[in-house]
Amino acid sequence: MVGLLDRRLVFVTGKGGVGKTTVATALALFASERGRRTLLCEVDAKGDVAAYLETGEIGFTAREVLPGLFVMSMDTEASLREYLKLNLRIPVAGRIGPLARAFDFVATAAPGVREILTVGKLAYEVRERHYDLVVVDAPATGHIIGQLAAPQAINDLVKVGLIRSQTDWMLEILSDPARTGLVIVTTPEEMPVNETLELAARVEKETTVELAEVIVNRVLPELFGHNEEELFDRLCLAPAVAALGELADGDPTPVLDAARLAVTLRRTRAGHLERLRAGIDRSVPMMYLPFLFTRYHGMRTIRQVAQALGEELGF
Amino acid sequence: MSAVLASRHADVTGTLDGLLASREIVVACGPGGVGKTTTAAAAAAMAAARIGGKVLVLTVDPARRLADALGLEGIGNTERQVPLEAFTDAGVRPAGALWAAMLDTKESWDSLIRTHAPDARTRDDILANPLYRNISGRFVQSHDYIAMERLFEIHAEADYDLIVVDTPPTRNALDFLDAPERMAEFFSSRLLRWLIVPYRSRIVNFASRPFYQVADRVLGTQFLQDIAQFFILFQTMYDGFVDRARAVQRLLAERRTSFVVVSTLEAVPLREAEFFAEQLTARKLHLGAIVLNKVLPAYLRDPAACAVAERLRDRAEPLSAELAPRLEESDPNQVRRVLSEVGQSFLDYRVVAQREAEQRAELGAVPESLVTVPYFDTDVYDLAGLLRLGQWLWGEEPALTT
Repeated sequence: MVGLLDRRLVFVTGKGGVGKTTVATALALFASERGRRTLLCEVDAKGDVAAYLETGEIGFTAREVLPGLFVMSMDTEASLREYLKLNLRIPVAGRIGPLARAFDFVATAAPGVREILTVGKLAYEVRERHYDLVVVDAPATGHIIGQLAAPQAINDLVKVGLIRSQTDWMLEILSDPARTGLVIVTTPEEMPVNETLELAARVEKETTVELAEVIVNRVLPELFGHNEEELFDRLCLAPAVAALGELADGDPTPVLDAARLAVTLRRTRAGHLERLRAGIDRSVPMMYLPFLFTRYHGMRTIRQVAQALGEELGF
Repeated sequence: MSAVLASRHADVTGTLDGLLASREIVVACGPGGVGKTTTAAAAAAMAAARIGGKVLVLTVDPARRLADALGLEGIGNTERQVPLEAFTDAGVRPAGALWAAMLDTKESWDSLIRTHAPDARTRDDILANPLYRNISGRFVQSHDYIAMERLFEIHAEADYDLIVVDTPPTRNALDFLDAPERMAEFFSSRLLRWLIVPYRSRIVNFASRPFYQVADRVLGTQFLQDIAQFFILFQTMYDGFVDRARAVQRLLAERRTSFVVVSTLEAVPLREAEFFAEQLTARKLHLGAIVLNKVLPAYLRDPAACAVAERLRDRAEPLSAELAPRLEESDPNQVRRVLSEVGQSFLDYRVVAQREAEQRAELGAVPESLVTVPYFDTDVYDLAGLLRLGQWLWGEEPALTT
């Protein structure tokens, strides 16, 4: 399978709350630090990328925020304007009038139009070789299929017209595993694992995009090694607790409770992790990122994740 | 067992008890991945068990586990009663009855068309239209709209004392609130009329000409005609549709409806939840409670415990030398590793617990009740599990079980 950083267009998706944006941002940062001219595109603009990179507001026009790292925020209306300008040579603002309303209407009426403008813009950046790598902070698991399958859906619905003629080259880029790949970010918890397994099956069936990587985020550390857990159990018995309390000069109960909690949390998650590995095709590589016991989000966290990603990628 | 362990010393504050007893509709909303569906199901199960009456949980999340937990072999678009045995198996004699239904978007749209279509031919034409199939199946906003529409329908037709609704995982948590209004606007749009006119009469209105030129070149005439045909068919249902959308909107604003915002104390979901709470208030909708899930136990922030943890980590060596003989453990190195690991783990989790506490202190608009639910280290697999979680929603700490 083609290495993640050797592709040109990488979509990063995941269930809400698993750290999709964090991973996408860290991946883009890592790639740029490895010398790739990288574009990071936030599709559902919530402003998280700007917050993580501790930079100002991000717009449709790509901006270089760190050496080799460009960021943009998807705006389908702006994408349409750009497209019309490039393809129809229409001075948009002057003649179409309330383009926003008209566009909103068509996009609402015709499913897939918004999605095609997003995918189209991203594929365009790849085709024109403006960047070595385009990392997409894509919609969450529930919406990513609609996004990736948009060119095909448009092909089925629209028989003629400009959009129709454009979907072929987009499909070509999306379907080429040497250029395009999908990353699913998950955590070792029940629902994220379920959604990941369901999504992996749907990607295979309903899209032409290759699943390039499953990234498991927030993997908890193992507390005890061989035999140590048995020792810990003995430590939790009343006489041992009393002895420890005496020696450590304070009640150790909450500390032992916390360790017990950490052990059980880790164990429950290990079960979900096993289920995930068993349900994902063996050919799809999996990466594991540690749970970060940190106080703040922001650049420091992104750097930590980027470093962990780099180690997993074998750098 | 250890769900209780996780929760010991957790600060119990509010309860959903009063809210669920006094409202007819409770909408659980908030960001994705915070346990919204499980919270809605637990709240409904508790209401059925404790308050009584006929309670429905309307879920949009097709989690098989939830169906299993409710003792149902899959939940369909039609409501089904949760068998009484599911309660008795959990050792509870319910005061009322629990029903469950899962939203099937496609199915709900079809049923809506059947209700509103003026005649059989229009109905069949719409159901067969490729654009309709696309919209009803994939169109995201249609999902939001139909959830509210289905709620309205059930509320109007069935005699539930309480309906607890789990909202769809939207890109934007607010989408479903705007969906009825957007749908009504959409069908009464002037642009829609522009679009339909040329298809009917082939006389292109002068005003719509530039729009057409662009639309035609981009999308192609045939596709535009498909759209137009679809909307001409839909127009026949226009009045019923818009009336309905407005009625749904009113129902959400009535005093009998309340919203519960569900979140965790992680920064990103919490920010989204706060924004949501503000928006509810701005729209004059009733924010009944905030439920905070997966909250770490309060003992992690105890300074005395923290001091002990630091000593275990920093003085693991001398401590283990003294402790090993008392444990009849021959290898003091192993004791040292365990002590230091236990101490470090506490301090790690303490960082997260402290971050959570700060997030919580910064919570802006706090409604009548703020409910915290601890980190459950096992997943909820049966009704007993739902009810245990539900006890937290009632402001109770579940009794210690083995």
